[in-house]
Amino acid sequence: MSDDSTQHPLKIYWIMWGALFVLSTFSYATDFLQDGTLRTTLILAFMFAKAGGIVWIFMHMGWERLAFKVAILGPPVAILVLIWLMSLEGHYVEGSRLEHYGESTFEPQTPEHH
Amino acid sequence: MSEAVLENGAEAPGKQGLVDDWSRDKQVFGLPWGKAMMWIFLLSDTFIFSCFLVGYMMVRISTTDPWPNPSEVFALDAFGYPVPLLLIALMTFILITSSGTMALAVNMGYRKNRKATFWLMVATAVLGASFVGMQAFEWSKLISEGVRPWGNPFGAAQFGSSFFMITGFHGLHVSAGVIYLLVIAFRVRNGFYERRGGNYEIVEVTGLYWHFVDLVWVFIFAFFYLW
Repeated sequence: MSDDSTQHPLKIYWIMWGALFVLSTFSYATDFLQDGTLRTTLILAFMFAKAGGIVWIFMHMGWERLAFKVAILGPPVAILVLIWLMSLEGHYVEGSRLEHYGESTFEPQTPEHH
Repeated sequence: MSEAVLENGAEAPGKQGLVDDWSRDKQVFGLPWGKAMMWIFLLSDTFIFSCFLVGYMMVRISTTDPWPNPSEVFALDAFGYPVPLLLIALMTFILITSSGTMALAVNMGYRKNRKATFWLMVATAVLGASFVGMQAFEWSKLISEGVRPWGNPFGAAQFGSSFFMITGFHGLHVSAGVIYLLVIAFRVRNGFYERRGGNYEIVEVTGLYWHFVDLVWVFIFAFFYLW
């Protein structure tokens, strides 16, 4: 039952709250890095750390029984297959567009600031 | 059944517990139904948001036009400089703050502190409403600069459709969450749950929904605004 998940002290929430602020600051800071593998890795690392903390502590998943954890967190793994298939498809479509329509002639404007 | 219960009466932990829970010929999840059903709803919502984000990934990969740089598109002038993603960062911190007040509200609910639960839930709703307000500001700014679902001056046309679809659907979830929070908060205050046995499980169920809205924003922030 969830009885043991309802009794823990407030301290763990304060720690998680603080950690989310720190991780979000780091996450925002990646925007000032050069594009590349380091930036992409850091974006994903901070994203998964934040998501994990929210699900595990704030949503109490860490205190649920394994049968429930598997039932809820297992199915989203299938999304990885969708990501893989759609990225294959996307690269194929890009290739055929380049082959049949040629390079883009679009001339983007730089946004103004307010 | 007897194998599933340890000598002290607790159910077996870990993998043995998983096998026992599924094979003991009764309700599998030892959870209140409201909590289990909210999680299953959130699981289905996970798939909806995933489909949007995967669709966005696919159009971004397949377009041959340059993708608009979110750092520039979402920059705001502050302190005399264009600060990248200023409003988006502020929205992120507001949503995190609201997740914290919600977690405290759940805890106060289980302590049967109705006053604290009410005010923490109202604070969460106010933060959520200010998030939606900032999103409305962001939308009007982009629309005034010519961003449309079918095209924009800064790059690939698919940017607009992905942006309005993904942030719009998330904003709808936040707005629904604000209404949901207020309804439950006022019921907590007027003693509705006190008359029904004093069970404040509903505050945790509401909290699950609210934390999920924050969770989705973590992914939108990483994939749409930072990537």
